[in-house]
Amino acid sequence: MSEQTVSTAAVQTDPLKRASTGVRPISWKYPITYAVLAALSVLFALTVPEGARTHFRLSSGGDFFQIPIVELPSRPAGWISAVVLVVLAGFAFWQASRRAQARLWLPLLFGVLFVFAFLVWAGADRGAVIPLVTMLTGALALSVPLIFGAMCGLVGERSGVINIAIEAQLLAGAFLAAVAASVFTSAYMGLVFAPIAGALVGALLVFFSVKYQVNQIIVGVVLNVLIIGLTGFLFSTALTQNPELWNARQQLPRLPIPGLSQIPIIGPVLFNQTILVYLMYLIVGLLNIFLFRSRWGLRTRAVGEHPKAADTVGIKVNRMRVYNVILAGAIAGLGGAFFTIGQGLAFGKEMSAGAGFIALAAMILGRWHPIGALLAALLFGFSTSLGNVLATIGTPVPSEALLMLPYVITIFAVAGFVGRVRPPAANGTPYVK
Amino acid sequence: MSASGSQQGMTPAPKPEQQSPWAEAEGRLSRVLRELGQTSWLVTVLAVVVALVVGAVLILAANRDVQASLSYFFAQPTGFLETSFQVLREAYSSLFRGAVFDWQAPSAARSIRPLTETMVYSVPLILAGLGIAIGFRSGMLNIGGQGQIILGATSAGFLGYALSMPVGLHVLLALAGGILGGAIWGGIAGVLKARTGANEVIVTIMLNNIAIYLLAWLLQQEWYKQTGSNQPLSSSVDESAQLFSLLGSGFRLHAGFLIAILATLGVWWLLERSTLGFEFRAIGENPEAARTAGINVPKATALVLVIAGGLAGLGGAAHVLGTEYRLAGGVAGTLGFDAITVALLGRSKPLGTFLAGLLLGGLRAGGVLMQAQTGTPIDIVLVLQAVIVLMIAAPPLVRAIFFLPHADGRPRIRTRRSRRTAKGAAPTGSTTERELQTSGAPSAGSRSTGPSGTQASGTGPNDTQPPSTTTQEPGK
Amino acid sequence: MKLELRGVTKRFGSFTANDRISLTVEPGEIHALLGENGAGKSTLMNTIYGLYSPDEGEILLDDQGVSFNGPGDAVDAGIGMVHQHFMLIPVFTVTESVALGYEPTRAAGIMDMAQARAKVLEISARFGFDVDPDARIEDLPVGAQQRVEIIKALSRDAKVLILDEPTAVLTPQETDELITIMGQLRDSGTSIVFITHKLREVRAVADRITVIRRGAVVGETSPQSTETELAGLMVGREVNLTTAKEPADPGEVCFEVRGLTVLNSADKVVVDHVDFQMRRGEILVIAGVDGNGQSELAQTVLGLRTPVAGSILLDDKDLAPLSVKQRLAAGLGFVPEDRSTDGVIGAFTITENYVLDMYDRPPYAGGPGNVALRLPVMREAAQTQAERFDVRMGGVDDPISTLSGGNQQKVVLAREMSRDLRLFVASQPTRGLDVGSIEFVHRTIIEERDKGTPCLIVSTELDEALNLADRIAVMYRGRIVGIVPASTSRDVLGLMMAGVPADEAQAQAATHHTVLAEADEQAEAEENK
Repeated sequence: MSEQTVSTAAVQTDPLKRASTGVRPISWKYPITYAVLAALSVLFALTVPEGARTHFRLSSGGDFFQIPIVELPSRPAGWISAVVLVVLAGFAFWQASRRAQARLWLPLLFGVLFVFAFLVWAGADRGAVIPLVTMLTGALALSVPLIFGAMCGLVGERSGVINIAIEAQLLAGAFLAAVAASVFTSAYMGLVFAPIAGALVGALLVFFSVKYQVNQIIVGVVLNVLIIGLTGFLFSTALTQNPELWNARQQLPRLPIPGLSQIPIIGPVLFNQTILVYLMYLIVGLLNIFLFRSRWGLRTRAVGEHPKAADTVGIKVNRMRVYNVILAGAIAGLGGAFFTIGQGLAFGKEMSAGAGFIALAAMILGRWHPIGALLAALLFGFSTSLGNVLATIGTPVPSEALLMLPYVITIFAVAGFVGRVRPPAANGTPYVK
Repeated sequence: MSASGSQQGMTPAPKPEQQSPWAEAEGRLSRVLRELGQTSWLVTVLAVVVALVVGAVLILAANRDVQASLSYFFAQPTGFLETSFQVLREAYSSLFRGAVFDWQAPSAARSIRPLTETMVYSVPLILAGLGIAIGFRSGMLNIGGQGQIILGATSAGFLGYALSMPVGLHVLLALAGGILGGAIWGGIAGVLKARTGANEVIVTIMLNNIAIYLLAWLLQQEWYKQTGSNQPLSSSVDESAQLFSLLGSGFRLHAGFLIAILATLGVWWLLERSTLGFEFRAIGENPEAARTAGINVPKATALVLVIAGGLAGLGGAAHVLGTEYRLAGGVAGTLGFDAITVALLGRSKPLGTFLAGLLLGGLRAGGVLMQAQTGTPIDIVLVLQAVIVLMIAAPPLVRAIFFLPHADGRPRIRTRRSRRTAKGAAPTGSTTERELQTSGAPSAGSRSTGPSGTQASGTGPNDTQPPSTTTQEPGK
Repeated sequence: MKLELRGVTKRFGSFTANDRISLTVEPGEIHALLGENGAGKSTLMNTIYGLYSPDEGEILLDDQGVSFNGPGDAVDAGIGMVHQHFMLIPVFTVTESVALGYEPTRAAGIMDMAQARAKVLEISARFGFDVDPDARIEDLPVGAQQRVEIIKALSRDAKVLILDEPTAVLTPQETDELITIMGQLRDSGTSIVFITHKLREVRAVADRITVIRRGAVVGETSPQSTETELAGLMVGREVNLTTAKEPADPGEVCFEVRGLTVLNSADKVVVDHVDFQMRRGEILVIAGVDGNGQSELAQTVLGLRTPVAGSILLDDKDLAPLSVKQRLAAGLGFVPEDRSTDGVIGAFTITENYVLDMYDRPPYAGGPGNVALRLPVMREAAQTQAERFDVRMGGVDDPISTLSGGNQQKVVLAREMSRDLRLFVASQPTRGLDVGSIEFVHRTIIEERDKGTPCLIVSTELDEALNLADRIAVMYRGRIVGIVPASTSRDVLGLMMAGVPADEAQAQAATHHTVLAEADEQAEAEENK
């Protein structure tokens, strides 16, 4: 007996893994991407007019610290960032040739520098100032519904239910938040009702996909149509007939956090916000902890990966899915509230305008991880915000190109360009005992 | 388990493990659709009834007269009922008059005009719906009808006003351009799925949004729109590129309807009688078996989406060349999503899709008149549509609502169980045996990460090998 | 703990999977449940484990009637189960897998990982398992995964442990270790239900044996019964456990694999420099524990995988540039290992399945460029072949999913053998089939060999390998450990399946016999008496 154990153990140290590293092809995708972007930045530097200057505004009117407008000579600034980018691209090649593990700081640093190079080029001698803080505030504002939506999608998919109806949940949340806030003349009442709307849509999703095992993607698509139709119908009837009662604007007040909100640049962006945004920070933080460290999270992931295995240890798979999708719906509903009461707007037809789909994209790009999805949503929000700013200062880049960016990036991501993305294994699979 | 079967040690009866409903439902799209296909026409009719009831509730809730009568409901309940009845009768009769036959019209020709309007609305729905249906039959959820229609309309429209050519040739070229535009847009998703395993649901959704911005951008470019104004609206399609009218002036019905009929026949032949269709159906039902049988799955996958996109693009082209004549940002409306409804309602069968297209076209045409005459917003059509699809997708629910027995005559209470056993023989059996082979690695895991799994939401792996080689990897 | 079943019946629709089954498992007993594939063993165990509720009858634990609403109840009552397909989540760690469902927690539902980890270590220490609590399941070999399953059951204080076909994925020597563990558990008072269809194992391990056939108990017997007796009980008629075949008459070398290396999608080597040759008219069985690259080897021969190195030569022609379709056309017959996923399309009719890899060439296709299907021709051919292969069916237009596994496999064989073959490849051709179908499949393969076709068979069942092969090649971790004659002993093959080279395996096997081999010898001695 013992003799055998030894012999088996001996063969287990086969040169299998060693062999595999020798044959595995090197992935040049990232270095090549970096190289292309670095080349672009060189092009930016080359096309900047002689002696041009770029202006950045680093604070906005009401800030605690007022920072004077920063003026940079465009060409040297462009060249410096281009050179650094080229060096970083070279470093990426060297890393890849050694088959080194990719690090997170490289893409982050590269991204920030590239955006800087781009802004220097775009703002050179336009006679306009690039409002950095406004741009970042806009980016966060545009990201809020995306982040809520992505968290919603993530909780659902981690438990094995695909949610294409994030769009519907955002829209329903926006609608009910506006109506409730208007009827009770209190924005906070909107905050109470918005999650209910999202949860109801989530309940419909699980009702059909868990109880009747209808294909989850089909239910999601249909729910989008249903909610667009329903809110559109009610908007055109009740809300239009009596807007004072049903659709009066209400806004959540800003609650600056003392101290934190006074930090230059990021303070006003991050910590002079409504309670909705603080709730968002809280939800992302809690999900990040609970999904990976709690009993709920372990069970949720088990149900999404291998429902049968979960069932054999006494976890009620379908019940878990029902609760989670409804909870997720509530999160998305809150996100929807941002469109109306979060910004002090009345409800408008189809006002979520595809945010639900970008949220879905952010979740995938973030690889079903709360922090990843957060970063992806911020990236998407930033690219849209950048598009808006460019549209006002008038650059040669059409704003539509930047508005398309999230979708293009997502296509690259699912095509495997951003590395292997692995969804929960039982995602989309109904569980039938 | 009769004694006669025992001589050979095998019997036609399925084995317990195979029958076992325990085995995880694989949730493959084809099965969903197969089940849809098995639902009786009764269920479809009842689904429409449920939708009309839901619509009625909405109409009543939004109607001021009804609200008013409700306020003195207890004093005069009949008043409420009467008003409700009036309102509903008006709404639904105008829906019918707008869609089928208008008995209030001044002339006989005018009174049948609604039916031709229904046909007009149904043209892009049928064409795009056929495209979606081909995808469904091949196991692909093509959510990208919208983008494909936009690209079809964008290319066909541009060719229609930017070129000047002889009559017959121009319209053919414009249609071909529309097909090509849609085929390219579908093809992007197809080629990505075939080469990298990228999930077509995600890619097509993203392509829809890209198409919207692309069109918005084009409509700001003078070389594209050729109008000389600042409006985001293109120039009008030349007469030589317009689809000719079938019934003369006074009617909008155009040759696009003939194209829809031909396309329906063509798709039927393709799916049921051609070798290519055999491949499509095979990869839809079981891509692994198709691959083992030598079918080039990546190629077929890409082709499915190219053809599906081409049909949707043709729908967009017919819409622009036959009805709209001009391109605007919202030229496609909600056609792309309506087309999904059409394909589902038509059970992914060509004839069914054709009829479902007519039904939805009718709702559209009727909705317009209903909005004009009773002030009921046309958004209600979306609600009706959504309810119909949800109902036909969940027949047990419809049966439960109407207290019908289950299809095999079993009592209603056992609906869920009998559903399972009914399908137990085929798919669950397969799962059991599949599990038999995946040794240690739980089957669910390795399977649905494979690109061939139609449901895995994100993605597929990015290996350079043909897709679905990842499906069985022991030795991890 | 004593487990007793009284008249347990379980039906699925009109089909009765378990018919009034009564059974008693005494405390501290290893009770084997023997039956062929599809006899209803797993259904019965799933009923005991609370996954199904019985339609009739009752389950008693220590003479107390119990009823379970789900596996959770069964586990709480002290029943543990190691499923044939492990219920483990590949991306979880060992600790997470063991804790799942019974998580030790601190405030707010946050898990106490330290405590969970300690529990894993404590149980592994108790039974001498060497399991890393932080390893990911997907990185563990199958044997270790099975131990995690056992730890999982023991961590919930299982008094009755159900092992469902636990040896299917093990080498004979690993099976030996499992048998030791089962003994340890029995001695500590655990009752064990051991489900299997392998006669030799029950005789070596069980204290008592219950045989079920077609869902009903057909007898209870002791391990002293001979294999022939057990087989007769299990199948319900006299069975010949070995298929009669003439010695091979190998012709010239016609198929050759040289230095073949294949990676999986995670870029791991799954087939590692494999070389072998085959002659006309011989059967070469590739044996080995599941997951050692055999499947990938077969798939590469068909062209489903592209090798990174090496070549495959059929009749001196390199197959590398040929697509799957071209290889099939060149005379390759292929029976995939997973019939229902790779072999047939369940929703397609028998006819459509019959032409699945021939639909696009005459006579089944016609018109310019063979674009159109010729349905009548297809149907007629399917009808003729189905009759020849004795497929029990309603009609050729029925979906193939209405057939039993054995009949589906006959359709696959009929399809593949309807062409003139230059090479026949079959992966696990009898997996999941009943004994009658297994005999039919074996006979068909031997007939094909006698026609002169080289037959390459992948099998993880040692019995099948020994029964069918003219030569046996054993694979381990992607390599061929050795090619040996079909007369090689099980112990030697078992050691080779664990990677021990043939000569060394001979030496080791001479000094140490496995429990099963000893049981075999004993049985032989008895029969000779």
